[in-house]
Amino acid sequence: MNLSPDMLAYIFLGLLGLAVMIYAVLDGYDLGVGMLLPMNDLEQRNTLLASIGPFWDANETWLVLAVGILLIAFPKAHSLVLYELYLPALILLIGLIARGVAFDMRAKAISDYQRAWDWAFKFGSLTAALAQGYMLGRFVTGFLHTGFAYGFALLSALCVAAAYVYIGSAWLVMKTEGELQSRALGWLRLAGAVTLLGLVFVSAANLTLVPEVVSRWFTPTGKALLVLIPMIGAAALYYIEQTVLRLYQGEEHLSRRPFIGVVVLFLLSFVALAFSFFPYVVPGKMLATEAASAAASLEFILVGVIFVLPVILAYTVYSYRVFWGKSEGLRYY
Amino acid sequence: MQEVLESTLVLSRIQFAANISFHILFPTITIALAWLLFFFKWRFQRTQHPVWMRVYRFWVKIFALTFALGVVTGITMSFQFGTNWPLFMERVGNIAGPLLGYEVLTAFFLEATFLGIMLFGINRVPQWVHTLATLLVAVGTSMSAFWIIALNSWMHTPAGFYLEHGVAMPESWLAIIFNPSMPYRLAHMMLASFLTASFFVAGISAYRILKGDSKRAPRLALTTAVVLAAVVAPLQMFVGDLHGLNTLEHQPQKIAAMEGVWDTERGAPLLLFAWPDETTRANRYEVGVPKLASVILTHDPDGEIVGLNDFALNHPPVKPLFFGFRIMVAVGLLMLTLAWLSVWHLWRRGNLPAWLLKGLVAMTFSGWVATLAGWYVTEMGRQPWLVTGVLRTADAVTTQPSAHVALSLAAYLIVYAFLLWAYLHTVFHMAKKSVAVEEYETKSLQEMSAIANAPVVKPAHSGAML
Repeated sequence: MNLSPDMLAYIFLGLLGLAVMIYAVLDGYDLGVGMLLPMNDLEQRNTLLASIGPFWDANETWLVLAVGILLIAFPKAHSLVLYELYLPALILLIGLIARGVAFDMRAKAISDYQRAWDWAFKFGSLTAALAQGYMLGRFVTGFLHTGFAYGFALLSALCVAAAYVYIGSAWLVMKTEGELQSRALGWLRLAGAVTLLGLVFVSAANLTLVPEVVSRWFTPTGKALLVLIPMIGAAALYYIEQTVLRLYQGEEHLSRRPFIGVVVLFLLSFVALAFSFFPYVVPGKMLATEAASAAASLEFILVGVIFVLPVILAYTVYSYRVFWGKSEGLRYY
Repeated sequence: MQEVLESTLVLSRIQFAANISFHILFPTITIALAWLLFFFKWRFQRTQHPVWMRVYRFWVKIFALTFALGVVTGITMSFQFGTNWPLFMERVGNIAGPLLGYEVLTAFFLEATFLGIMLFGINRVPQWVHTLATLLVAVGTSMSAFWIIALNSWMHTPAGFYLEHGVAMPESWLAIIFNPSMPYRLAHMMLASFLTASFFVAGISAYRILKGDSKRAPRLALTTAVVLAAVVAPLQMFVGDLHGLNTLEHQPQKIAAMEGVWDTERGAPLLLFAWPDETTRANRYEVGVPKLASVILTHDPDGEIVGLNDFALNHPPVKPLFFGFRIMVAVGLLMLTLAWLSVWHLWRRGNLPAWLLKGLVAMTFSGWVATLAGWYVTEMGRQPWLVTGVLRTADAVTTQPSAHVALSLAAYLIVYAFLLWAYLHTVFHMAKKSVAVEEYETKSLQEMSAIANAPVVKPAHSGAML
């Protein structure tokens, strides 16, 4: 391979974006399911957990990959980001530890403690989601130290948690049946409304926070996207809402559609984020090309990525096919 | 200002040590336990004898729990470099980064995805696919060990790179991966994992038998474990010796501290006990075997061992290395003795006397002690360097206020103390619970929930049992 250092930096910036996007969709739904854990119904809690059981571990690995790519390809950005986010990262990690451990402990511990572990799972999921949203909010403002920027990060925390609940409930609509599915449809609508509201606020605030971003959106490409993204978004929302109404009528074969719709909304948010900040690896602060590792190191790892990533994607798809359809009772050998 | 940085450094070092020590407990078990599970599953597939499935089912639950703890503490590790040691990645990230990257790509996804199929997919895939999934999880855990040991060994004995403005640049990836200490460290760690897992399996199985479990499954697991330990223990001593010789060649100051040799001497004794005193730079209360250290390290009774004083003050702290090494070796010898005694009893009498079972229970976590002691020796033995000759530990630490580090350290310690208690409690609880389970049939609802990730519905009368 003979790629220029700049080209390599952009390739890895793209891979970083891809890993974060896959992470947000995949761990997004299982964090959302965690936040939705109904503490008043053991049966339903078991079904919710059964639906994410085979996947949550691999889903979380995408976070390790994303942090890994930042660490490997942009070490200076990794140091800067984690310097600024020292305490939120601690909170995120404790949340992830709590839910990861709770998932296994709940089944094996003495039954008296089972409820406490379920609380740990729910609370850990909530903490992790809020921490991620807060970190994203701090990140997109380039870690501005103003009151408004911190307020924005708090808003972003709520918005991301709501988005995860949104995709989590869409997952449950797809993986469950009957009474639980009806409940999930209710969650889906509510979370959808909150997410949409949050998204509008975040987008507006984002435009006032970073002037450079504003000017981007008024270039010809920017204007085109400014029309296209809301249009596709509105179409996806309409599609989800129509499906929800038909699912209430019992048209069970449509149960996968809301999840597809929410994934489209997630993708649109990512396109908007990418358009706002490319080619920065830390918005307004550090360009990907400034922070990139040595070309020889990036080439070495790129070879691995080219060969291994398709294999990972293939067996991930295989795993989802194995557990295709409605989730069964919670059991394993 | 200087003082603030000093406390940040100390706290960051303690935090890293706490995080990685707590993390390594779980992979040390799962690396080898994954292979044991594959063995159990493969035996079941070959013989179709239900006892193998019984053994597999019990241990896969313990594996899942242990693995989950390894995953969550491992995620913490991936943040540590950036949060507390920013200069590490900025200076040697060109080397460390790709090695960590290959670990994620070739190991983490593999083990996490196939673990899902292994734990939840047995009724959804053909039997051979399930066995293959078990194998792939084992391959994944070992791959993970391969890459992380390659990186760690490179920090001890860096090779295959050059420096450009103080930043390490790769020259030969083969030389980087297979750096001088890597093959020895990898072999030593893999065997450590097999020893840890076999004493873990033996200890828990012995506990079940002592609690009155007369089924075949725990006896079969116990036999498998002690036979494995009896083979691995002497092999580990041999590999450990080679690893020591390799260290003598590349990091002689570490060996000098381990052996408590202050002045360069010929025919150095092997110290069984001493109290190294860093102020007088001499040992007190020495008890040793004449010339034995020289024999072991140089294979010559009058061989020369370079002393600590030859390294000025550029050597690691002596006491932790001196005692850490002795603890590791003592536990290793105890493991060898117990494993051979157990095999001898099994071979001659077909079962183990109660005192030996109790001994195995007491040794359940002996692998943790030896592994941690060994890692402390080798990691503290690298000080004051983070990467030998390239980057000093003190130069890599964050400028974060020490209050932040104190807070995060306190949070981790509280969480870890609680998790360790919960883990041990749960493992022994599962062992106790399995005593009452019938020999093979597992179709009852109660048993289904017992092997599932669902809580057991407690029968009204069982309160007294708990």
